[in-house]
Formats: sequence, C-alpha cells, structure tokens
Amino acid sequence: MAEAAPVLEVSGLSKRFGALIATDAVDLDIRPGEIHALIGPNGAGKSTLVAQIAGQLAQDAGEIRLAGQEISGLSVAARARAGLGRTFQVTSVALELSALGNAMLAVQARASGLWGFWRRAAADRRLIEPAMAALARFDLDGRAQVPAAALSHGERRQLELAMAAALAPRVLLLDEPMAGLGAGGVGPLSDILEGLKAETPMLLIEHDMDAVFRLADRISVLAEGRIVFAGSAAEVQASALVREIYLGTA
Amino acid sequence: MAEAAAEIAAPARRRLPEWAVNAAIAAALLAWPLLADAAGEPWWAGLAAKAAILALAGVGLNLALGYGGMVSLGHAAFFGIGGYVAAISADAAFSGAGVLGLPGSDRMLPIWLAAMALSALVALGIGAISLRTEGVYFIMITLAFAQMIYYLAISWPAYGGEDGMPIYLRNGFPGMDTNAPLDFALVCLGALAAALLLSWRLTEARFGRALICARMNPLRLATLGMEPFPVKLAAFVISAAITGLAGALYADLNGYVSPAMLGWHTSGEIIVFVILGGTGRLFGPVAGAVLYVWLETLLGGVTVHWQMGLGLVLLGVVLFGRGGLIGLLCGARRHG
Ligand SMILES: Nc1ncnc2c1ncn2[C@@H]1O[C@H](COP(=O)(O)OP(=O)(O)OP(=O)(O)O)[C@@H](O)[C@H]1O
Ligand SMILES: [Mg+2]
Repeated sequence: MAEAAPVLEVSGLSKRFGALIATDAVDLDIRPGEIHALIGPNGAGKSTLVAQIAGQLAQDAGEIRLAGQEISGLSVAARARAGLGRTFQVTSVALELSALGNAMLAVQARASGLWGFWRRAAADRRLIEPAMAALARFDLDGRAQVPAAALSHGERRQLELAMAAALAPRVLLLDEPMAGLGAGGVGPLSDILEGLKAETPMLLIEHDMDAVFRLADRISVLAEGRIVFAGSAAEVQASALVREIYLGTA
Repeated sequence: MAEAAAEIAAPARRRLPEWAVNAAIAAALLAWPLLADAAGEPWWAGLAAKAAILALAGVGLNLALGYGGMVSLGHAAFFGIGGYVAAISADAAFSGAGVLGLPGSDRMLPIWLAAMALSALVALGIGAISLRTEGVYFIMITLAFAQMIYYLAISWPAYGGEDGMPIYLRNGFPGMDTNAPLDFALVCLGALAAALLLSWRLTEARFGRALICARMNPLRLATLGMEPFPVKLAAFVISAAITGLAGALYADLNGYVSPAMLGWHTSGEIIVFVILGGTGRLFGPVAGAVLYVWLETLLGGVTVHWQMGLGLVLLGVVLFGRGGLIGLLCGARRHG
C-alpha cells in the first residue's frame, strides 16, 4: 500500500545558538491521520524545532514543506494561514478576553473579513457559533464567558488547543499539551486528541509516556538536537538505546 | 498577568458598572458649559472646551497606548500638525493667497479633514518605521520624530518660527457662533463624542480584538494567522488622526499656534491624561483630562508649582491604582 504524501515534511533542519547545536540535521514528517510523537530529555531541542517549523525562529539550514510547499520564507502568520496550527509549551492566550473571546479571535482569522472596524465582534454570530463549537469540542462551552485570566491552568491549556483547532489547520504542533493537567486531565484530553487526529494530524511533544504510548502512531526520539531513534511505540519501548538516553533519565 | 490574577483573587469589592460611570462623566461634561453659560461665566464654559479638546487628544492616544500598547512620546507631533493646519488654513483664507495651490479655509469641517488627513499621513510614515522597534526604543524613536517636526516649525519663518502664528478669527462651524464660548464648547464636545463613538466601535470590533491581542501577545496573534504589524500601524494612524483633530480645535481655542504644541511636554501631558484616567478604558482619557484641567485651575491658582501636586497624584495612580480613575471606580478592564 502506497503511503499518503506527508502533510508536513522537515528535512536537514539545523539551528545553532553559538556553540550549542540545538537542531542537528533533523528529518521528520507527519502523515495524514497520524499522531507523530516527539520525545526526548529536557533541553533536547523539541521546542526549538517547533519554533522553526512555525516560523518564530529562522533555521540555519534545511527545508520545511507544508502540503508540498516550501514555507521557510513565510512569516509566522502566513504559515498559520497556510494551515499550521500550534500550541505553546507555556500557555499563551489573551488573558483580558473571555474564553469565548479568545476562541472568536481564532475564528475571525479564518472567517471572512479579518478587518472589521465597526460591527461589534461580540454580537457577530458568524464568529460566535464556530467559536462555541470549538470550545465545546474541548469541554469548555460551560466556561465560555469566564475571563481567560480566571480559568484554571488546565482550562487554559484546553482553550489554547480549542483555538488551534478552530483554525482548521492542516497539521497541529502541540508542545506538551498535557503538562500540568494532573492525572484526571490527561485521559479526557487524550480522548479528544484521538478523536481529532483523523481530520488533523499532529506532532505531539509530550513527557507523559503513558499518553505518548497510547496516542502515538509513530515516535521519534530527539537528543541533543538529533533524531536518534524513530519507530512504533513497541519499538521505542523495546529499544535499549532509548531507555538509556531518555527513559533511564526520566 | 499578575495584575489581572490579583484582581480576580481579591474579594469582590463594590464596583460601579463602567457604562454608568461613563454616562455620568458624559452628562457632567455636557452640563458644565451649559451651567457656566447660564450662570454668566463664559470663562468656565471656555474651560469646558479646553477639557473636551484635551480629552479628545487623549482619546486618540488611548487607541495607540491603551489598547495597542504603543507608548508614543510623539503624539505632540500630530497635535501640533492639527494646530498648524488650522492656523495656516485660516491665514491662507484671510489673505486669499492659498497654500500649496489649495485655497485656505476658515471653516472648521474642511480644516478638521485636512488636519486629520495630514496627521494620519505623517503617522503612517512615523509608525511604519517606529513599529519595527519595541519598548524603550519605540518611545525614543517617536520622541525623535516629534522633535524633528518641532525644530522644523521653529526654523520655518513663513509660519512664525519660534513665535508661532495667530488665528485672528475663530474658524466657523455651520449653525454655530464659534466665538461664543458655549457654542465652541458644544462643538468641541460634539467632536469628542464622535471620537468616543468611533473608539468604542473600533475596540469592540474584530479590529479591536486583534489589537488587544497584538498588545498582550503578538506571537499569539501571528499564530492565529494575523500579522500584528498592520493592525498596530492602523491603530497608530487612526490614533494620530484623532489627536490631530484635537490640535486643530486647540488652535482655535487659543487663537494661535506655537511650536510648544509640538514639544515633548505636550506629548507627556497627553500621556498623563490617559494614565490618570485609565489606559485602555473608553472614558479614561476624558476622566484624566478633566481632572488635569481642574488640578491646573485649582492648584495653579494657589502655586506655580502645581505640577508637583500633579506629579504626586500621578505617582499614586501608577503605584496604587494601575487602572487610573476608571479602574478605581469600576475595577479591572474586561473585553468580552
Ligand atoms: N533563544 C535561545 N538562545 C540560546 N539558546 C537557546 C535558545 N532557545 C533554546 N536554547 C537552548 O537550546 C536547547 C534546546 O531547548 P528547547 O527549549 O528546544 O528544549 P526542549 O527539548 O523543548 O526542552 P524541554 O523538554 O525542557 O521543554 C536548550 O539547551 C536551550 O537552553
Ligand atoms: Mg520545550
């Protein structure tokens, strides 16, 4: 069976910070319908890799293709419009806006008429309905009117995911979405991600190994900027190398 | 973030609804010149006009500073440009000589349009360059541009150089006797009301949501597919146009313009209105400008060092009441 063309394809990506090689000739791809987990010890370069794919950091070398198109020359916003969704390791929502206000901001980027100067956004059903749907998907519809500043840490993480999903991206880059959720939060979020992957493939950076082994179709292991192992969950669990450099230290 | 969190953690204090406070301020501002006129105190009606004009300048800056997080120390440039447009246009109409091939005008409406258009144009240039920097650099570069325009005005003898130039007859407005203090105050209040309406709609619209996000977290906005730069630039330009309109009215209020309108003091004062009243609050600059005018009038009568009193009030606001007067009355700001 022929493999579907990858949605996102990174090849030969490299980035140095002075003497530190943060990304070392990384090759990586994400195929339709899959969750591709990226694991590795603290400081391995996972967030730095995502920052380059998203356009927040410029790579020193290498290529990034989204749906076959080279996107390295594009700004963060242009990449987002091209279909790259992202959540941050440190939660990033607009704290002065309500949960709904944040979700509407995500919808307005995609909906017609980004430049509304007069019509009140809060009364615009073309924004409210899709935004509520995005919140509902992440179990936040009951908290729609709460200011983001008053949401719990876990709820803000869910909100950020809801915003990323509301963009209807081609691919999602999730930087430790489970971090700080607590035992009760990981299960439900895993269910949501599992339900989402058919329509939106994901790169999942995660330290929670149970979640990774449950969700990931493929796992790549990053250490000191290099991909040192790639395989299925079973292969990763069986690998002595991975145990030594990652699981052993965890 | 800590500020917002503390606001929520604090036990709920009795707060007034912001719309009610705004309505009260608006009603008081309208009553002020009417009562002054009825009491036969034209000077107090003139003071109301001054408060309205300064508030208007602040409403302009608030779009950039309060909603967009752009600390411009250059808004005197737009205030002064508005003033010079009014004076030069009136002068050209008076002498019949015209200016730049255009006939002058001694009517406020065309003058306002010209003042806003020129301020917006200059702001487009200043903003396009300044917005490539952030923080202290943005403050300094906007200051530098304003100082350039200040020195240009000083060294341009045709328009009075250091002495500035007079407006012999206050420019006219349809249906109003602008020389009467009450009529002029009402014209100023009308302009202020229009600017407040625009500011309210802008900040509640999609554009305003994007602007608020661009201030708090530009990377977040970009991650949603919207470029922060054009959003901020548009806000800066609209902000400058409103402040330019205030400048045109200020020239008519005083009957002359001078380079002082373009000086960094003026920029600082407009910032004071905004901070005193509450940054990013619709009526913040109105409350701030009114308080400023009263402090100036009451304390200024007692001592020439009244600005020291103002400085202490400002220090109190910055240290204890981050939300300014409106924040004190209504609590932390919320945007749906
Ligand atoms: N802007 C920067 N300048 C210099 N060094 C940086 C910069 N950003 C990251 N680094 C370094 O690059 C390395 C990779 O950091 P990165 O944040 O990508 O790691 P990570 O794999 O995401 O770690 P964690 O699991 O802790 O989130 C680290 O050594 C970090 O200190
Ligand atoms: Mg990281």
